[in-house]
Amino acid sequence: MLSRLRSWVILATAALLFLAVMAETSGKLSSKHADTDTPPQVILPDGPEPLLAKVFDAIEQNRVDLALQQTEQLVTTYPNFRLAYLIKGDLLLARTQPLTAFGQGGGHAARSQVADLREEAIVRLQGYRSKPAADQVPRYLLQMAPEQKYAIVVDTQKSRLYLYQNDQGTPRFAADYYITQGKLGAEKFREGDKRTPIGVYHITSSLPPQKLGDFYGNGAFPINYPNAWDKQQGRNGHGIWLHGTPSNTFSRPPKASDGCVVLTNQDLTALARHLQIGLTPVIISNTVEWRLIKDQQKERNELREAMEAWRQDWESRDIARYAQHYSRKFKSDGQDYAAWIEQKRRINASKDWVKIDTDDIGMFLNPGKEEYAVVTFRQDYRSSNLSNRMKKSQYWIREDGKWKIVAEGAV
Amino acid sequence: MTKIRFNATHLLALAFSLACFALNSAAYAESLQDINRLIKQGQNAQAMAQLDSYIAANPKDAQGRFLKGVLLTEMKRTNEAISVFNKLTEDYPELPEPYNNLAVIYAQQNQYDKARQALEMAIRTHPSYATAHENLGDIYARLASQAYDKAFQLDSSNASAQSKLALIRTLMTAAPRTAKTSQPSIAVAKQPVAVPAPVPAEVTETKPAPVADAVADEATVTAITQAIEAWAAAWSRKDMPAYLAAYAQSFKTPGGVSRDAWAAERRKRIIRPGAISVGYENLRITVDGDKATAKFRQHYASGSLKSSTNKVLQLLKQDGKWLIQQELVGSK
Repeated sequence: MLSRLRSWVILATAALLFLAVMAETSGKLSSKHADTDTPPQVILPDGPEPLLAKVFDAIEQNRVDLALQQTEQLVTTYPNFRLAYLIKGDLLLARTQPLTAFGQGGGHAARSQVADLREEAIVRLQGYRSKPAADQVPRYLLQMAPEQKYAIVVDTQKSRLYLYQNDQGTPRFAADYYITQGKLGAEKFREGDKRTPIGVYHITSSLPPQKLGDFYGNGAFPINYPNAWDKQQGRNGHGIWLHGTPSNTFSRPPKASDGCVVLTNQDLTALARHLQIGLTPVIISNTVEWRLIKDQQKERNELREAMEAWRQDWESRDIARYAQHYSRKFKSDGQDYAAWIEQKRRINASKDWVKIDTDDIGMFLNPGKEEYAVVTFRQDYRSSNLSNRMKKSQYWIREDGKWKIVAEGAV
Repeated sequence: MTKIRFNATHLLALAFSLACFALNSAAYAESLQDINRLIKQGQNAQAMAQLDSYIAANPKDAQGRFLKGVLLTEMKRTNEAISVFNKLTEDYPELPEPYNNLAVIYAQQNQYDKARQALEMAIRTHPSYATAHENLGDIYARLASQAYDKAFQLDSSNASAQSKLALIRTLMTAAPRTAKTSQPSIAVAKQPVAVPAPVPAEVTETKPAPVADAVADEATVTAITQAIEAWAAAWSRKDMPAYLAAYAQSFKTPGGVSRDAWAAERRKRIIRPGAISVGYENLRITVDGDKATAKFRQHYASGSLKSSTNKVLQLLKQDGKWLIQQELVGSK
């Protein structure tokens, strides 16, 4: 009886301890829930977060037996889920001694690992409790091309990846996943800086697990870092991938990679079904900026109009009109602004007529401090002496309040 | 023998068990003691042989079967020990000791979850069973350590520094260690271990005591009631000298620890912060000369815990004072 008393006193302490973790997560969260009337058409597994949230709820309500039971369920469902094992250890230890710290039983040696797992708990619960609202989208998804079935937006500060489905041009929230970013955070600049790049990218290929070590888990999807804009800014490094997790752990801490975006194997497998090589946009941000869907119209139209003016001025074969759409900082395949315009002038001079059509237009804004947009489209070029159909990408920046092209090339 | 009747049905039950305990224990107590002596001398094989014939003669004697389980455990005949203790939990689900010992064996096999379940059963039947609680604490610590190892991806092979769980050697909660025919009333304070034999003739003779005796005994009952009241009050106000003074020098500590160790443990638990209130109801007292058994429902409350348990105090009259000689928590 007295022993039970002792247990209760100890458990109360443990509950307070967990509450302390919760306090950090709750403050800045608005409780937006995605109970939308147009639910995502894909059903993706929710992952461990609903159960993890239940464990914390149970501890908060002092229902420690229930919490332990649910933790058992977590470790059974998600083998090698280290965070769940840590909570299990705490719940068991709390029955024998008072706990004053999260992961206390790990001792001094495990302190940094405990800090990592605590961080993981916080971002996972945050992610679970603040799903995107149904009427809002990441500002960067200005326009998805018809052939782009999905787009990915990563929030590095929240350790979260959001998957958006293209619903006739409107992005609809489909799923979100916990992710790991670079050891030293985001804003990659150079090779080996252990940071994750911020920018607009796309999936460039798929590497099957057979060709990779166990470290990459269920597979890897490289992205095109550094992109044309990054190169102009002097960024370097390579080999930024979305990839899976080694078999000895369910997930990795929020900051652990050399710059890659790491998902659990189960999440990577679920995500992989929706990825299109060369097409699926991957936009990596520090913090996602959300916009009401209806408020995106203006920004989209502005860029769309700039593009249309560029197309018409190209058809006009008037090089002065064409040139005003290009930034003086323009660079493409070793050509600078002057060389590019000079070449176009010579080509135009050889034509009696030029007809250009653009379709499958995708437009994505950079989430970083640098304001640029990546526009991709299918270009149908016909002229008196040459016809050419190609996929093109352009990088547009704002200069003097106007959108101008700073890089351009075939995809 | 003097009995004071507080509850007619209870007295009847007492008489039943008294009679059958006398039958069971009188003849065999000596031989179990002999067997224990053999075990102490390390003559395990001989002890086992005697134990087997003892059990053959007394198939329903839990003490003998329990001892066999203990002996098998010590002889590392683990599977047989498990089966003996398992059978005991089936036949006497109210006894905590077989569960405890099963847990000890499971823990030795690193089957901590099974050990935990067994200990939780022991505590379910006897909520204040100290050994089971200590063992359970140890199991929780080991399970926690396993979980941490997985959290930190450590190799858990370095588990050598673990303390050993305590094996129980006798059925403390069921019957006193050495039952003697001259003091049967102590033994029946708890439910009998042996299944009652056919009702003996004596039952009808143990009628309520004559009125004349009852008057004389009224003073005794009052004295015992006051002793219990003082004990509960001392506990409630955390008056350790008064609390400890309620216990006889010959007090049988749980688990057979030294009186000092027991007193230190009690002090640690009682002195901790937070108000305690201890009350009781449905007090029933049986007096046998200088000895008495008091059964009651104990209500305990502290800041975070409320509990009610059935308690049995065996008291001893020394220098005109009734002192606690043994304290047991019983099932219904």
